[in-house]
Amino acid sequence: MSDVLLEIRDLDAFYGDAQALFLLSLALKRGEMLALIGANGAGKSTLLKSIAGLVANKRGEIKFQGRSIVRRHAFEIVAEGIALVPEGRKLFTSLSVEENLRLGGKVRRSGNWSLDAIYELFPVLKDKRNVPATLLSGGQQQMVAIGRALMSNPELLLIDELSLGLAPLVIKDIYDLLPKIVQNGLSAILVEQDVTRALRVASRFMCILEGRVSLEGKPADFSRDQVTAAYFGT
Amino acid sequence: MQEVTRATAASRFALASAIVLVMVLAAAPYWGSTASLRLLGEIMVYLALASLWNLLAGFTGLVSIGQQAYVGFGGYMLFTICISLGWNPLYAIPIAALVAAPISALVAVLVFRLNGAYFAIGTWVVAEVFRLGFAQMSSLGGGSGLSLPITVMREMASTKAEREALIYWAALLLGTGSITIVYLLLRSRIGLALTAIRDSEVASSSLGVSITRVKLLVYVAVAAATAMVGALVFMQKLRIAPNAAFSVTDWTAFVIFMVVIGGIGTIEGPIIGTLLYFVLRQFLADFGSIYLIVLGGLAILVMMVAPQGIWGFVANRWGLSLFPVGYRVKLQAMPAYNNGKENEYVGRNQAHRDVAAARRNR
Amino acid sequence: MDWVNGIVQGVLVGGLFALFATGLSLIFGVMRIVNIAHGDMIIACAYLAFTIIQLSGLHPLVSLLIVIPIASLVGYLLQTAILNRTLGKDILPPLLVTFGLSIIVQNGLLEVYSADSRRLAAGPIETGSFPLARGIDIGYLPLLTFLTAVVVVAGLQFVFYRTEIGRSFRAVSDDPETSQLMGLDNRKVYGLAMALCLAVVAIAGVFLATRSNFDPFMGPSRLIFGFEAVIIGGLGNLWGTLVGGVILGVAQAIGAQIDPGWQLLAGHIAFLVILAIRPEGLFPRGAR
Ligand SMILES: Nc1ncnc2c1ncn2[C@@H]1O[C@H](COP(=O)(O)OP(=O)(O)OP(=O)(O)O)[C@@H](O)[C@H]1O
Ligand SMILES: [Mg+2]
Repeated sequence: MSDVLLEIRDLDAFYGDAQALFLLSLALKRGEMLALIGANGAGKSTLLKSIAGLVANKRGEIKFQGRSIVRRHAFEIVAEGIALVPEGRKLFTSLSVEENLRLGGKVRRSGNWSLDAIYELFPVLKDKRNVPATLLSGGQQQMVAIGRALMSNPELLLIDELSLGLAPLVIKDIYDLLPKIVQNGLSAILVEQDVTRALRVASRFMCILEGRVSLEGKPADFSRDQVTAAYFGT
Repeated sequence: MQEVTRATAASRFALASAIVLVMVLAAAPYWGSTASLRLLGEIMVYLALASLWNLLAGFTGLVSIGQQAYVGFGGYMLFTICISLGWNPLYAIPIAALVAAPISALVAVLVFRLNGAYFAIGTWVVAEVFRLGFAQMSSLGGGSGLSLPITVMREMASTKAEREALIYWAALLLGTGSITIVYLLLRSRIGLALTAIRDSEVASSSLGVSITRVKLLVYVAVAAATAMVGALVFMQKLRIAPNAAFSVTDWTAFVIFMVVIGGIGTIEGPIIGTLLYFVLRQFLADFGSIYLIVLGGLAILVMMVAPQGIWGFVANRWGLSLFPVGYRVKLQAMPAYNNGKENEYVGRNQAHRDVAAARRNR
Repeated sequence: MDWVNGIVQGVLVGGLFALFATGLSLIFGVMRIVNIAHGDMIIACAYLAFTIIQLSGLHPLVSLLIVIPIASLVGYLLQTAILNRTLGKDILPPLLVTFGLSIIVQNGLLEVYSADSRRLAAGPIETGSFPLARGIDIGYLPLLTFLTAVVVVAGLQFVFYRTEIGRSFRAVSDDPETSQLMGLDNRKVYGLAMALCLAVVAIAGVFLATRSNFDPFMGPSRLIFGFEAVIIGGLGNLWGTLVGGVILGVAQAIGAQIDPGWQLLAGHIAFLVILAIRPEGLFPRGAR
């Protein structure tokens, strides 16, 4: 049982009066990479934000390493070891690349990731360390966003739209680095529009349709048509 | 859910009793003593100021703390007209509005350049400029001010009782008139535009509303009406000096407290707040600064625990609306966490939903 | 020579205005609110120093060692207990709450200290001066005030751009949602910003009180001077704010040379002129 890192049971999430997630359940093992897929507006970001604590209005249970985090604040959840790479990167505009990274390390969890390790992973960032983060290219910004999340030495990495808005070559580069990113048994939930690519790297996937789980399992166990049906609800 | 129709039994009853009340009040010179006439006159003045400031801040989002500029300006218009032209003081009331309007438009050109929060202090600077400027005018008594000669007042009516009655009726007209005009304005198309602006500038621009034009219109109209009130106030007082004319405490602080406590962004709120202010004053006026501390503390408390004020609380609790305008501003203190992002979508009434929908469909 | 002297003195007064302004600018920069009670807090700090000096006999500048921590603590508590609850997309609640606070502070001071005007006696430096040129004497106290303003601006600049807490300030200001993903508790960050602001407010209050008389109702005009310096200098630029303070000081000095009644008016007019011709201020921070 102890190898379950994250356990979500019957999660409902709301924005004001509108419900975005319905009785969603999920279990993630240590070291596992889960691909989260679904159409626009399905609730993928909402699920990640709920785990990270950015959606406060929710019901149900979220347990991380056996402890309930469903009522905790976002800033406490990072310290527990969950880092989110938000949709659209959300870099701090008035901070340089290095300042963004340093801020990511503010929670000071121990681990292998450090400024040097990030620069080793993404060497381009080292040359740009003093440049305002938002002046970088889209791919470089995504590297900063990933680096910033890794700096907290998380146990669980949540990545929202890894390839959004990036050129195919850049996407390939980042995906090639993915094994290095999740080294040392880091678990990850990866939200991705590019379903084929996501299913190729993930050990398991979950498809959300209008706030509910529509399909779940190992990529190899389902045909393309089954996944498409779950994706579009047809 | 909100009623679809605006008129409810409560609102029809309210309208009927308002009409009766105004008739009784109009007859006050025949049944009231001089002292009660003055008190009623003062209440009317504050009803007007509170409704006007509420239109400005509560519905348009223009939080001015410099409305004393126009009160004082109206007062000085009265003295200028009476002393240099020798006209009937009552004429000064509309003239004050006519002169204040273009001046306030010029002021607006400057202060509208300031971001919402800094706008507030900008308006205050303007009021200071007015105060210091009038203090420099020796023909108007400079820093020590001047009194209205009795000969001028005789232009209005020959006996004191008649004058008191006329001034009172003018106050009644301004007080009830301000409330009525704000009410009608909010029921008009401008009302929807205002709610949209107050809610989200982005949304309202997508509704095709010219934000700046509506804001300017409201700012100028409120300034003109405030100047009328100012002319009237100093007709009651018969004496003017820069510090009293441009007092931030008398003409803005009290007014803000009334509106906030009564319920900002509602028509009924300022009325309740004004009445409460005068009731509390009966008990606490002797304490001077303590009264201000109590009012300030009450306003802070209201802003923090029930931002819609006494009226908003009552209305939400019992679903009441005496002056239904259809679209009411929803005020809510947001937690520091999300800067309200999440709550933006909370729709309690239709206008709110429209706006949210407009934003999503952008 | 009167004119030159007037202008030089105006420059030095500008340092005081910059001290009024930097705290305002800091708060606006971090949480986008304007504290209407800012000026009243300056005056409250002056009274706090007054009381401490009466009890202990300390020199006003030494009393800062006590005034600054007390003021900072009050700032932190004020922010976390009250102002944080008013933050949101709506500017009304913080404005109205701080406006109420302003009235409470003024009248509270009036109740406790009466309307008499007071002054902090600073001994020899208060009256001492040295000649810069013929007809121009530089007072030690005005010079010290100005230098303090320079040091405060440089210090804040350092904190903002070179330290971890400064990074947090900027991050929270940029994006108050994502900042939480960095483990920042926004409420605490805001509290620290207000504490820092009140440290500067304390310095401003004590310098104000040694240089001139003060009474409970002087706060609003200090707020206005500070605000004008911020706008003249350009939002978000601390060095610009210092220049804004100097321009305001010089404008007032020139006005006073024309006619004593024109001193304040000239300052306001300078502000309005700059608002008319350069609404973004003289040195706005580059658009992000
Ligand atoms: N801040 C918000 N306020 C209100 N509703 C929201 C908010 N964010 C998302 N929603 C709604 O919640 C639902 C789920 O949105 P979510 O962002 O989780 O979808 P998603 O699967 O991440 O979509 P995408 O692929 O477009 O990123 C949608 O209907 C969306 O309109
Ligand atoms: Mg998404």
